[in-house]
Amino acid sequence: MISYMPYPVRIDDIVVETEDGNQKTFKLVFEQEAHRKAWHHVPGQFAMLSLAGQGEIPIGIASSPTEEGHLLFTVNRAGKVTTALHQMNIGDRMGVRGPLGNGFPVNKEMNGKNIVIIAGGFAVTTLRATLISLLARRQDYGKITFIYGARTPGMLLYRDELKQWAQREDIDLHVTIDREAPGWDGLVGFVPTIAGEVAPSAENSVALICGPPIMIKFTMPPLEKIGWTDDQVYLSLENRMKCGEGVCCHCNVGPTLVCKDGPVFTRSQVKQLPIEY
Amino acid sequence: MKVFKVSSVELDAMMQEWSKVHRVYAPVLAKQPATSSDCAPGWRRVDGGSALTLSTGPTPASVKSFFFPQPETLLTYTLENNHPDKGLMREPAKSKKMQVVVGVRPCDARSVLLNNLPYQEDPFFQANRQRTALVGFTCEQTLSTCFCSQMGGSPFGSEGLDLAFSRTQDGFIVEVGTAKGEVLMAGLDLAPAEESEISALASRRSTGGKADATELDTLKGSELGRLYDAPMWKSLGESCINCGACTFICPTCYCFDIQDEVVRGQGRRIRYWDSCMFPLYSLHTSGHNPRGQKVQRTRNRFLHKLKYFPDRFGPFSCVGCGRCVQDCPVNIDIREVMSDLLAVE
Repeated sequence: MISYMPYPVRIDDIVVETEDGNQKTFKLVFEQEAHRKAWHHVPGQFAMLSLAGQGEIPIGIASSPTEEGHLLFTVNRAGKVTTALHQMNIGDRMGVRGPLGNGFPVNKEMNGKNIVIIAGGFAVTTLRATLISLLARRQDYGKITFIYGARTPGMLLYRDELKQWAQREDIDLHVTIDREAPGWDGLVGFVPTIAGEVAPSAENSVALICGPPIMIKFTMPPLEKIGWTDDQVYLSLENRMKCGEGVCCHCNVGPTLVCKDGPVFTRSQVKQLPIEY
Repeated sequence: MKVFKVSSVELDAMMQEWSKVHRVYAPVLAKQPATSSDCAPGWRRVDGGSALTLSTGPTPASVKSFFFPQPETLLTYTLENNHPDKGLMREPAKSKKMQVVVGVRPCDARSVLLNNLPYQEDPFFQANRQRTALVGFTCEQTLSTCFCSQMGGSPFGSEGLDLAFSRTQDGFIVEVGTAKGEVLMAGLDLAPAEESEISALASRRSTGGKADATELDTLKGSELGRLYDAPMWKSLGESCINCGACTFICPTCYCFDIQDEVVRGQGRRIRYWDSCMFPLYSLHTSGHNPRGQKVQRTRNRFLHKLKYFPDRFGPFSCVGCGRCVQDCPVNIDIREVMSDLLAVE
């Protein structure tokens, strides 16, 4: 049986991620030990964040299952629930219902492959979870390429971790911003251009792409040029959701339910669907 | 299966007996006030007195609200400051009180079985199903808007009914279809139906309206892209005013919204009937709307019933009750939509 009851959690920490203050990462800890033990997710899954009196919103899980004891959610302030969440403080109670959806195939199709992760803007959240999961079992994968772009240096999420990852020999990291900015000595250029320059050959490789639709659209041609096919590319869809359990119908894209059948789909699967996302 | 003879007088007596221990409901044929204390709108509580009267065709309101009440409280909580449980969600106790719905038509009985497919794992729907008995009456007459046979049902169908009454020359015969039906019949002293009456019903079943269910089944094999891109949607979408009436009166439309409501510090999270006819249904917080055009919403409703639902669960999500045909303010007829879809190249 499904349950509409969220697990009660406390906000353990809040990090303001971006210079505009619109992105905050909430560290949540379970109030009850039994709930902490019952929770098992894979990167790419999402959960309903529940605020009593406000409602629930589906948000991708930003923490890796290997980061035990807490959950991380990076939330963009956009609507009623996210605005209320941004006003909450450390120690406050809220709820988490999930984990929901399918997630990236980190233990299946991705095993033994070269992994290319391509992220744009604040869609990087579940890809952060994925990268940390991959690093925990680094020997199970081939080359790992991580391409991440934001508008400005101050709009990059997880900046401390980006610095740590840059030091590592076992990640091919490419962080880029859209335009030259004072104090920035890294890459400048849009994600699709960078991806075309640094992506490895398609052989024995898998790509995970999350970002604005326009970025995904322009990232595909350079990849296709070097032999990538739609079956090798995983995307994550978003739609308005209520139950998250495949009952309420809100997130349907034709016959497919984003909450239950997704949110992760191969590009071939997405191409079979009507454009209702 | 056990089959008994029942006279109209005995039927009234049975309802009186049931109402002593259960909540018994019967359809309301006249216009009723919008508010109702413990019943679903369109249904009245039977507690002595009035006999059962049925109209030809489906009951004015479907049985949907007994299984999927509107609204339904999923969770409750307090927001009182300094309360130790502030913001902590609680599940309300689910009613176990048996409800007996009398006067159900075969189309609506099938709708419960169809809705049970997506709601298989839903604790609220299942609890309501557990405590609800359906006492049905087969249709010796149908309306011009009825098309249950085309959807795989039958005016004489007993599928989904706990007790199925069928007219005979001098009253009814009743088929006891389920364990819940057995419970309702326990302690009643009724004569078994005669062989001739049982075979008369069987022959009406085999001849009465075996329509073109197989023809419609070809839709299930049709390629989605072809149906989705069919030019017919344009004109249909132009006519449809997206009022949502069809979705609310439909026994097999089952989508819902979830909202929080707080009154004086006491909150509840409720679910209530929604409609894919409304732009808000699919609107993203960013302002992007995947079904921002009304033609997209009209198409979604019909393809959900005739393609998406069958793709996932097998049967069509329509029982052919014809309520939407009767009540659509711009005269959209799902039967015409189906034949247009069958004609799509």
